Amino acid sequence: MPPRLDQVTNRIDWTTVLLFSACVFFGWLNVYAAVYNPETHPSIFDFANSSGKQLIWIGTTVLLIIAILVIDYRFYDTFAFFIYGFVLLLLVAVLFIGTDIKGSHSWFKIGAFSLQPAEFAKMGTTLALARYLSSPGVNLLKFKDQLNVGFIVGVPALLILASNETGSTLVFAAFLILLYREGLPGIYPLIVVVAAVLFVLALTVPPLYIFIGIVALGVLIGLNLPRYAQHTRNYLLIGSFGLAMVGVVLATSFVFNNVLQPHQQSRIKVLFNPEADYRGAGWNVIQSKIAIGSGGVFGKGYLQGTQTKFDFVPEQSTDFIFCTVGEEHGFFGSLIVVGLLLGLMMRLVYLAEKQRSRFARVYGYGVASILFFHFMVNLGMTIGLMPVIGIPLPFFSYGGSSLWSFSILLFIFLKLDAHRSQILSRA
Amino acid sequence: MEDNRKYIIQGLFVVTAVIFLVKLFYLQIIDEGYESAAANNAIEEVVQIPYRGQMYDRNGQLIVYNTPVYDLYITPKKARVADTLRFCNLLGINRHTFDSLSGAARSYSKVKPSLFLRQLSIEDFARIQDSMVDFPGFTFETSSFRTYTSASMANTLGYVAEISPKQLQAQEELGETYYRQGDYIGKSGLEKQYEDILRGERGVKYILKDVKGVVKGSWRNGEKDIAPIAGKAVYTSIDLEIQQYADSLFQHKSGSLVAIEPSTGEILTIVSAPSYDPKLLSGRAYSKNYGRLAMDPLKPLINRALQGFYRPGSTFKLIQALVALQEGVIDPSTYYSHGGAPMKCHNHPVFSGVHGAIQNSCNPYFYFVFRKFLNENNQSTPFKNAAVGLKKWGEYVARFGIGQKLGVDLPYEAKGKLPDVAYYNKVYGGENTWKFSNIYSLSIGEGELLISPIKIANLAATIANRGWYITPHVVRAVGSPKGQPLPEFRTKHEVGVDRRHFDPVVEGMQGAVDRGTVSGRARIPDIVVCGKTGTSQNKRGEDNSIFICFAPRDNPKIAVACIVDNAGFGGRAAAPIATFVIEKYLKRIIAPGRKAYEKEVMEKDYIQNIPKPLPPIVKPRKDSTKTVPVSPKSAAKPLIAEKTGSRPVPSDNQQ
Repeated sequence: MPPRLDQVTNRIDWTTVLLFSACVFFGWLNVYAAVYNPETHPSIFDFANSSGKQLIWIGTTVLLIIAILVIDYRFYDTFAFFIYGFVLLLLVAVLFIGTDIKGSHSWFKIGAFSLQPAEFAKMGTTLALARYLSSPGVNLLKFKDQLNVGFIVGVPALLILASNETGSTLVFAAFLILLYREGLPGIYPLIVVVAAVLFVLALTVPPLYIFIGIVALGVLIGLNLPRYAQHTRNYLLIGSFGLAMVGVVLATSFVFNNVLQPHQQSRIKVLFNPEADYRGAGWNVIQSKIAIGSGGVFGKGYLQGTQTKFDFVPEQSTDFIFCTVGEEHGFFGSLIVVGLLLGLMMRLVYLAEKQRSRFARVYGYGVASILFFHFMVNLGMTIGLMPVIGIPLPFFSYGGSSLWSFSILLFIFLKLDAHRSQILSRA
Repeated sequence: MEDNRKYIIQGLFVVTAVIFLVKLFYLQIIDEGYESAAANNAIEEVVQIPYRGQMYDRNGQLIVYNTPVYDLYITPKKARVADTLRFCNLLGINRHTFDSLSGAARSYSKVKPSLFLRQLSIEDFARIQDSMVDFPGFTFETSSFRTYTSASMANTLGYVAEISPKQLQAQEELGETYYRQGDYIGKSGLEKQYEDILRGERGVKYILKDVKGVVKGSWRNGEKDIAPIAGKAVYTSIDLEIQQYADSLFQHKSGSLVAIEPSTGEILTIVSAPSYDPKLLSGRAYSKNYGRLAMDPLKPLINRALQGFYRPGSTFKLIQALVALQEGVIDPSTYYSHGGAPMKCHNHPVFSGVHGAIQNSCNPYFYFVFRKFLNENNQSTPFKNAAVGLKKWGEYVARFGIGQKLGVDLPYEAKGKLPDVAYYNKVYGGENTWKFSNIYSLSIGEGELLISPIKIANLAATIANRGWYITPHVVRAVGSPKGQPLPEFRTKHEVGVDRRHFDPVVEGMQGAVDRGTVSGRARIPDIVVCGKTGTSQNKRGEDNSIFICFAPRDNPKIAVACIVDNAGFGGRAAAPIATFVIEKYLKRIIAPGRKAYEKEVMEKDYIQNIPKPLPPIVKPRKDSTKTVPVSPKSAAKPLIAEKTGSRPVPSDNQQ
């Protein structure tokens, strides 16, 4: 064993490794169940099958992990911008020489396998953000730095959007969590959350009610301002904020009808009323809820899910992998999956807070934020709380790109964490 | 401030996870709708229709069996027909049919499957099965249609057809749920009578289907499936060979023949002519053929053996003799001269005693016997005498099953008519308004008497048994050929006439065949047949020819009643048919010397005698004797003098 790896095995956070391994193993079993065909009765190791392919991906992932752990921890800090640049290059390249898979022009096809550079853009962007934020003098309260950060996040996001991969683009919103932790004024996440809430409200409630609500809220806050804050500037601020909200509401229907693509519109519509388009956009949501809902407390048993076996849920081995868990393992299985992922995210935050270097801490938060966003959107869509956005469930969904990218993302952090004692001071 | 933020972020993670778990708890544990939704999705309930019970003859020969076919069902809520034209072409129907069939199904139920197309052959099924994957909401159920080994006994076997809305409604009112729209049910004959036994029990099979509707095998290895139980076989007492032989004798004739084994009451042969090939009412051409048969002026759908109304004519003299002997009105040697009787007699030699009167079918003799029965009752007036006498007489006659249902195991048995005191009081307008001279035509089996052929056959069996009968029945066992008939077909019914009184009557019947009214050509060598001819007067066209007989005289094996419509004198048409049936049954072959005559009988055409158009035959109303207004004037006339209707015509048609 190389000396560096030996060092690493002693210091690496085995709790995280265990959580990661549990997710990957459970995910692999469920991929097999999702593609299981009761007639041909294939082996889980059959390489013609998704479960067999996933095993190859898992094997290569282990190799990648070893490589990551062997490489000097300072490499990531040093080459952060270089990696980021390389990823941007790939994102540009895919626009020209990429292959279309399911309407998304974002894949490199290599033999029987396909790779999606967008998956690796998350890792590259996280590294770049960590590197930038750990540079001396950077302060997220400064507008210039905010602009730079926006640039670092915005460029890959726009490139991914250009390759028609909306789901992965939205993932970049996860960096708000990281930036918030690193001192970005709370107003930014607040604006995003308020805008999202208003967008949803504008689609479901008549605008007049929302306007009345906004005015009432504004008056309520204005009248209750503490004495020291009672000056004209603050009233103007409240007023303009209210006007902006009204603007968002008015813009919603325009954005909804003119900016969003039809399939995106219907995905949002069916979130509120899946039955409206039973055979169309509502199908996924309804079938997904049926599969999960029919699981009961302990599920129908492994490989016994009728909805799973007979392909009622589309994309079940990838984006809708959670249906398999829900149907075959019931609420008990759901609890385990939610517990594993929540445990992983909490552990990451815990570890990130222990870092002495800002680089490692920012990076750790980046990993946790991305995992959280995937967790929230993917699980939320399978149970009808989120619109259908095609992003995978980390470590569970079938797919090499996502498994590789999440594993690389995670283990770079574990590598950094393993060396945290070697860093003398907090940068 | 930034320390708080790490808690806010952790809080965000935890709250999101908790919201998801609450939603999952609701979806997976609280809301049970999803489980049934999953079941609807992937599990399909397929009804398994059992084979209907087969029917056998008394020798174990198959009469009715099933041919497997496929019925196509539609579940309107699930049905998706994207390409209607292709669908119609596939099934060979037009757009209009498609619309009306799916409309009918929708109006029945949106979620329950209803019949869409029935009886697709196995070949058709194989051709379209794969393409049907594109049309969800359509399912096949295996089914079958009735198939017959011979073109015989259509009215006795009955037919099976789709349950009518009326029957469905009746079922609903009874709180039962067995039949669904489109189900088959026995509509007449044995199919109706033994429906509960023949139909079996439907089963259910749960099958798994994938998202494309392709069958993926059984659900839970079929542990919840309910296997269909095939209908039980019905073993009839019919002798198919004799039945077919009797059918052949009834070519070109209208009428009926019933043969009974006297010791058991088992019906050996039951002919109702003209009939139809039972296969006409089985299968897809049912509606077309049914309409045609229902319009046929010869009424092939009527089972004349049970539903035909005939005046018994001279065959009734047998009952008259037995009743009078039992009551002591006459003794075996009583003799009456012809003088004073309103009706004439045939040219016959001088005879002595009851047996001679029967042998020669002497009308005046029975006129006097009946007069004595009615007039000598020690009452103050002839009116009162007649009322007392008729009541007593009616009680005797009723015990032979006349004027009531025998309880034969076939539907629609007619009661017939036995006029009683109340009836004549009503007709003549009060008590003591009528006397013997008003009703004397009863004495020779005319007048208001109406009897179905099966009752005449039962009379033959009763005389063969010398005083008792077992209710005639067609089914001798159910389920297994060794089974027992129902209890009601094992009890002896005594008719209340002492055994000794039968001797002179039987003597007279033998005489009638050997040297009396029966044509000599009808005699069978080596077999002693006892019989009695009857010529039932008929308002329309020629008389009906009736013959009642049993053989051999001692320890009889077969009792027969035979009626040929509009064929004239009883000894001429009916007697040869009956004796040929007896010969065939007892010897299995017809004597070579009688072959030519057999051919002649078969070819004889009496249908041409039937006047056209026929009066409509309607089913007898249950209370026809009460509701039919009969004018006193017409009823008061001596009916014998005019030719009154007694073709299979309901009683309310006799004016």
